[in-house]
Amino acid sequence: MSDNMQVSRTGAAANTGAEQEQQRAVLPAVDVFEDAGGITLLADLPGVSKEQLELKVDGDALWIEGAVQALTPEGLEAVYAEVRVPRYRRSFTLSRELDAARIEANLKDGVLTLRIPKQAHAQPRRINVSTG
Amino acid sequence: MYESILNHPGNLFGQFERLRRELDDVFGVAALPSSIRSVAPGTLPAVNVGRTQSSVEIYAFAPGLDASKIEVTLDRGVLRIAGERASGIPADDPKLHVYSRERGTGSFSRAIALPDDIDPGQVTASYRDGVLNVSVARRESAQPKRITVQ
Repeated sequence: MSDNMQVSRTGAAANTGAEQEQQRAVLPAVDVFEDAGGITLLADLPGVSKEQLELKVDGDALWIEGAVQALTPEGLEAVYAEVRVPRYRRSFTLSRELDAARIEANLKDGVLTLRIPKQAHAQPRRINVSTG
Repeated sequence: MYESILNHPGNLFGQFERLRRELDDVFGVAALPSSIRSVAPGTLPAVNVGRTQSSVEIYAFAPGLDASKIEVTLDRGVLRIAGERASGIPADDPKLHVYSRERGTGSFSRAIALPDDIDPGQVTASYRDGVLNVSVARRESAQPKRITVQ
């Protein structure tokens, strides 16, 4: 479950947007941190398999959505449930210096790792101050 | 214990959580009996428990763990799930800017009281996609039987 995936880049998200609004979803917990090369995002998506994870970049919006696969064996009767909404959804606004075309995604043990690199020209460089 | 997005300060969900608590106070829901081992809502790992005719199935939503380090014990009808999760944020990089730290880290332990009809000798556990599934068989005597009328 640790294969690398490519993030699909779609121009029109409106077609499925209305449907997605109907389905209830919970916000997954995330860690977001930035280093010189880009931003890393970790999201807790327990129960989501690679096939049921959807990553989308639409303009400057990044969408993460995942469905918890049916865990129930036949004839299962729920006794107690804390996870009642089997769907996670969260979106983020990317900024211009980030390179959405080169996002790398990895899903392992229910944790999604997204690496969003900065555009090459946006990487920090030291500006020399000349005196004279 | 894991932190929850529900406990995140300033979060919209946090405000909902406060509203829910206030409503519980007003309508007295909080006074209803709950399990003595239940934890605050939103505490991770979240646990679902289900029952089939032949087994009791426990699902613990615990992402990002090392399967070999999850401790599952069954003692006198109480199933205990314990483990530890390291932070995914590198700690030793001074140039790192951390914007969001919602994923809980550290050790956790949860206990679930199981029904009396389980067979403690037949327990299996598996970890897949961040969900730990513990399956405890029920005794044969507890399973429904068809009785022939003579």
